[in-house]
Amino acid sequence: MDTLELFAAEKATTTPVATRELSGSAAVLEAFIAEGVHTIFGYPGGAIMPIYDALYDYHEKLNHILVRHEQGAIHAAQGFARASGKTGVVFATSGPGATNLVTGLADAMIDSTPVVCITGQVYAHLLGTDAFQETDVINITAPVTKWNYQITDANEIPAVLAKAFYIAGSGRPGPVLIDITKNAQLQKFDYAGYVPCTHIRSYRPKPIVRKEYIETAAEIINAAEKPFIIFGQGVLLGKAEKEFIQFLEKSGAPAAWTIMGMSAIPTDHPQATGMLGMHGNYGPNVLTNECDVLIAVGMRFDDRVTGRLDKYAKQAKIIHLDIDPSEIDKNVKTTVGIWGDCKETLPLLTSMLKQKVYPQWLQRFNDFKQQEEETCIIPEMNPDSDILSMAEVINALNECTGGNAIVVTDVGQHQMVTCRYAKYNTSKSNITSGGLGTMGFALPAAIGASFGDPNRDVVAVIGDGGFQMTIQELGTIMQSGANVKIIILNNQFLGMVRQWQQLFHDKRYSFVDIASPDFVMVAKGYSIEGRKVSERAELKVALQQMMKHPGSYLLEVMVGKEDNVFPMVPQGCSVSEIRLK
Amino acid sequence: MNKREFTITVYTENQVGLLNRIAIIFSRRKINIESLNTSPTEVESVHRFTIVIDETEDVVRKLCRQIEKQVEVLKAYYNTEDEIVWQELALYKVSTDAIAEKVKVERLLREYGARAVAIRKDYTVFETTGHRAETDNLIKALEPYGLIEFVRSARVAIIKASSGFHDRLKEFEQKEPGEEVMENEYLGKKEEVFTM
Repeated sequence: MDTLELFAAEKATTTPVATRELSGSAAVLEAFIAEGVHTIFGYPGGAIMPIYDALYDYHEKLNHILVRHEQGAIHAAQGFARASGKTGVVFATSGPGATNLVTGLADAMIDSTPVVCITGQVYAHLLGTDAFQETDVINITAPVTKWNYQITDANEIPAVLAKAFYIAGSGRPGPVLIDITKNAQLQKFDYAGYVPCTHIRSYRPKPIVRKEYIETAAEIINAAEKPFIIFGQGVLLGKAEKEFIQFLEKSGAPAAWTIMGMSAIPTDHPQATGMLGMHGNYGPNVLTNECDVLIAVGMRFDDRVTGRLDKYAKQAKIIHLDIDPSEIDKNVKTTVGIWGDCKETLPLLTSMLKQKVYPQWLQRFNDFKQQEEETCIIPEMNPDSDILSMAEVINALNECTGGNAIVVTDVGQHQMVTCRYAKYNTSKSNITSGGLGTMGFALPAAIGASFGDPNRDVVAVIGDGGFQMTIQELGTIMQSGANVKIIILNNQFLGMVRQWQQLFHDKRYSFVDIASPDFVMVAKGYSIEGRKVSERAELKVALQQMMKHPGSYLLEVMVGKEDNVFPMVPQGCSVSEIRLK
Repeated sequence: MNKREFTITVYTENQVGLLNRIAIIFSRRKINIESLNTSPTEVESVHRFTIVIDETEDVVRKLCRQIEKQVEVLKAYYNTEDEIVWQELALYKVSTDAIAEKVKVERLLREYGARAVAIRKDYTVFETTGHRAETDNLIKALEPYGLIEFVRSARVAIIKASSGFHDRLKEFEQKEPGEEVMENEYLGKKEEVFTM
């Protein structure tokens, strides 16, 4: 039974509804409205023109943001989704329009971001003829989408779009791509209204919660002497921040976040010990190999978090809570695996826990923090040279925003420094490309975030390299009036690669010396105010000026050319072999 | 843990593009598919993939989880050879002259349970079904008599312990399926199967 029949069968059980004639294109937009979509990021082209034509009539209900490149559209939709907790929506045309989405799809796939992309496609009768702007987008995007589907008949549109939104947003979220041939967009059909999808027989968004595993896990946690909680984006995606804090506070255990789990709890929570992973904090990395019970919540043991697997937490019993059954035992063998949505499993687990405190065990983390402060943090915050460090910029930004802004980062040294030092009070505040490490992500994602949560300040922290990868999206800011504060941390190098070349390739700086345009002048060209700062005395004033400015603003900060990010777990090493310098 | 032969049985919706989605789960991990068959099942609208690979059980289990993650996949099972009944079909094209002249060939074909499916003046096509070793042996036996062409089908397999998919499908169609369908089967026996 294909999708169409499946939904026809489901619909048949309800009372018959009056139909009206509608074009396939209008049916797409009706689906968006029914799903509560109000912002679309897109770029028109030949094969998607009928949809854009219909959009002309819907412009009061649907806000379309014209980007400058389709990659910008999908990163913006990702930023929108991450800031709002809703599904981001993208329009692109066939051929190059569709292939330009691939990086963003891969990024959304690995970071579990709910996005629905609609691509135009050539007429159905031209499929497979190498027609103008024809590309096999379904097969190109199969490995980087949670689901994709090609529509060749307008009658399929309502049911397939309902399925698309259901799949993108439920269970472990992810990107969905729907390819619609031009004839289906133009075709008039009897539209019977939009029925949201709530069930697909071959798709289980949430595994059944099995209480016996939770009981076993609770017994192990209650008997623990040195329990350690690590958590990822699952807490945010499950909208389970409250449930997690209740669990955390009853357990009394120290906790650390992955880069994707950041901001699920306030960074100054008394049990918060910092970030895990390659450039994470000293204590959480070293003590992963000392805890007796490791409780992983909504995270997937990425290699950047675990370092060398055969030396990862071997002494500990491991409890892993995840909504995706394929994640349990994928990288790290668990003692107890708890399948399920953590919004359901965490309260069950909490109810079985004894209220505990571990003052001595927490003190161990504090001792390591002390060492990290002395060796890394204090020197980075107060450099003995006149040249600014990235850390002091982020520290000054914290003072300016009070930890209330959404901070969007790109990929590289500035990303690691921002994630190490940024302060957050509220959830969904840290938006970054974690899994795929997509340079060029931050600027469009920040634009999307500003539409996703218009009541909050959005600050994009970007390196001089990554900024030039999607610099054209300044045009999107100019035209849409998006309010994004851009900080470029300019070290005149592709800094992270340079750091690796210095440490592991005998300082052979191969093609990492990158020239940049006058960023402030470029911004001016797009009618965006800007300023360049290289003096310490100007930094705070400049940041305040930026935050107070109505509308977007670009602040370029010149930082140390050859500064490195430490601590660091060198590749192939155990987390407990983390280096402070 | 050593590599050995596993037969993966996947129950799916009948959907364009699903073959690619399943195939790339293997190719992404550089795993060669030894044999692949897709066919309808006893249940209308449900299709079955039978996939044979040589891998460790740990890898096969993870592959099945990744396959099941596909939206249009209902269920994936993996089995060792002793847990399934399986057959492959083979066709052999031999010169008709050669078999008419040589009594030995006739005896040979009878021995292997081969059946003539087409007899022409210049060639005859025989068919056998059986395990890989059996069909391989007949190739060797026929080679001296001028085997013109040989072709073998993918494996088809039935899981000995399976009670069919009718009842399973009813469960899947429920909004709140029972634990039967959503079993944590591997959590109970993972000590046996996990390696790092």
